[in-house]
Amino acid sequence: MNIIVCIKQVPETTEVRINPETNTLIREGVKSIINPFDMYAIEEGVQLKERFGGKVTVVTMGPPQAEAALREAISMGADEGILLCDRAYAGSDTWATSYTVAGAIKKIGAFDLIICGKQASDGDTAQVGPGISTHLNIPQVTYVKKVEEVKENLMRVERMMEEGYEIIETPLPALLTVVKEINEPRIPSLKGMMRAKSAKITLWGQKELGLDPQSIGLCGSPTQVVRIFTPPQRTGGQMLNGEVPDIASRLVDLLKDEVH
Amino acid sequence: MDYLLTDEQKMIRDLARKIADEKIRPAAAKYDQTEEYPWDVLKVIADSDLFGLFVPEEYGGMSVGVLNLCLATEEFSRACGGIAVCYAASALGTFPIVLFGNDAQKKKYLPDIAKGKKVAAFAITEPEAGSDASAIKTTARKEGNYYILNGLKHFITNGGDAETYTVIAMTDKNKGARGASAFIVEKGTPGFTFGKKEEKFGIRASSTRELIFTDCKIPAENLLAKEGMGFIVTMRTFDMSRPGVAAQALGIAQGALDVAVKYSKERHQFGKSISSFQGIQWMLADMATGVETARALIYSCAREIDAGSKDVAKDSAMAKMYASDVAVKVATDAIQILGGYGYMRDYPAEKYLRDAKITQIYEGTNQIQRNIIALQLIKEMSK
Repeated sequence: MNIIVCIKQVPETTEVRINPETNTLIREGVKSIINPFDMYAIEEGVQLKERFGGKVTVVTMGPPQAEAALREAISMGADEGILLCDRAYAGSDTWATSYTVAGAIKKIGAFDLIICGKQASDGDTAQVGPGISTHLNIPQVTYVKKVEEVKENLMRVERMMEEGYEIIETPLPALLTVVKEINEPRIPSLKGMMRAKSAKITLWGQKELGLDPQSIGLCGSPTQVVRIFTPPQRTGGQMLNGEVPDIASRLVDLLKDEVH
Repeated sequence: MDYLLTDEQKMIRDLARKIADEKIRPAAAKYDQTEEYPWDVLKVIADSDLFGLFVPEEYGGMSVGVLNLCLATEEFSRACGGIAVCYAASALGTFPIVLFGNDAQKKKYLPDIAKGKKVAAFAITEPEAGSDASAIKTTARKEGNYYILNGLKHFITNGGDAETYTVIAMTDKNKGARGASAFIVEKGTPGFTFGKKEEKFGIRASSTRELIFTDCKIPAENLLAKEGMGFIVTMRTFDMSRPGVAAQALGIAQGALDVAVKYSKERHQFGKSISSFQGIQWMLADMATGVETARALIYSCAREIDAGSKDVAKDSAMAKMYASDVAVKVATDAIQILGGYGYMRDYPAEKYLRDAKITQIYEGTNQIQRNIIALQLIKEMSK
């Protein structure tokens, strides 16, 4: 099975602060990690490879330091890493990103499955995975919590819903986005880390991909960020004490006041 | 302090730290309470290849390096001294095979140990033979192509859970220390059973049991080195493993220091964090200095061994003795900084002291270490 896993390097969200004057992320000194949801995608790719054989190729788009994310994926058992890195790709929104990643996947060639995390922890859009499948014109199944069965050119998966789950059969090749319920990402092995350290990372830019210049980077991005701000903190609720019938009627009064 | 570790050593340290943070620390309190053997955590360590750190590459390991092993042991111990010693004791049980095993013995036993499929243990201590190792009474009588083992070993770390044991027994009682020999004994050999599991003050995740040999018949090919080499096997093994015990103590001390620093910043009294009080600051400064000097001593000693120096008895004794004394002192002071909370089981401080205490006792009490240091010193002086 030839599997492609798409990942993103993100700032470690527990440490993110926003500059209140410029309303932009303070990135200095913030550690970069693999988007936590993508860790499940990598793990699922490696597990499928271990069961069915084949190869796992990891793709990311980002600045040169995103190479570290690819090496980490290789230390967990992925075979190859491809970094899409070009100044022309800077400022890409989810549309331009999925166009660019899809372009790279076309260049990779034959594949059976693409796996993405359900969303990135920084942008939280959950759009790039579905966007890639649309650009490639292949089926997508989002929020996958279990791969039930893999047959030739067919896969049956469980798709997590708010209540319960759906069982979906999809022809292959297809794209899955996965949720954290699907597996527990492994801790890399020492041999894997050593392999990752010396692995050659493929670097592709516009020269290699030759994508439509009007569809990449900032000018290929229909999204415009008008403003980023920290939402006001939620204020604590009001506690009502006393006998239940009394509390109930006071609660009704308070709710009525709230509506007016 | 920068110890100028190689990229590979940093990799080992970071990997061990990741396992410690994500898998060991969250499980530490549970195993401390239940005294169950932490198989699930050891499986993670096995999958990470770190059991290979004490097995040569040609036998499926990652090569043998004392500093590498110390780095992993230190990180594990920082999160839980009990789980760490299950790992370190497997190294202790394996060193005799690595150092003295013939090719057939190494091929038979080392690959499974390197992969963490089997855990090893070392057995010399008996009820009446602790510091005086020459007083052991377990015997090995040769009969044809077999040795027949009889006797009792006690306080054996990993006892009962390990599959592969290195056992020291007397082949010739008349020769005293020169009459001891080392054998590999597999769990499940008829005549080899286990006594009760000890309930311990600390390192409670690890198992400690008696080994009972009753006409236990083992193939003669399980003899390590030659008859009469038992104490040489033991001494060389301890020279290799002592920095590891020191690294356990170091990790425990670092873990206790981490807890104390964190708490001192969070705890407010008299309107300020207690870390702003000089009385606390001076304690923290002394604790940190003790930890760092122990680390410097251990890493230097480990590097000396890795460089092939044979004359390491004094240095490894110093490292073990000093680091374990530091660990008990630092853990005690960590409890003091946490005050009443430090004394409570719901807080992580008191466990560090319980785990630290054993490092002053096992693999040679610190009094025996001082004897080794002093004897060597006097010998050097008279040259």
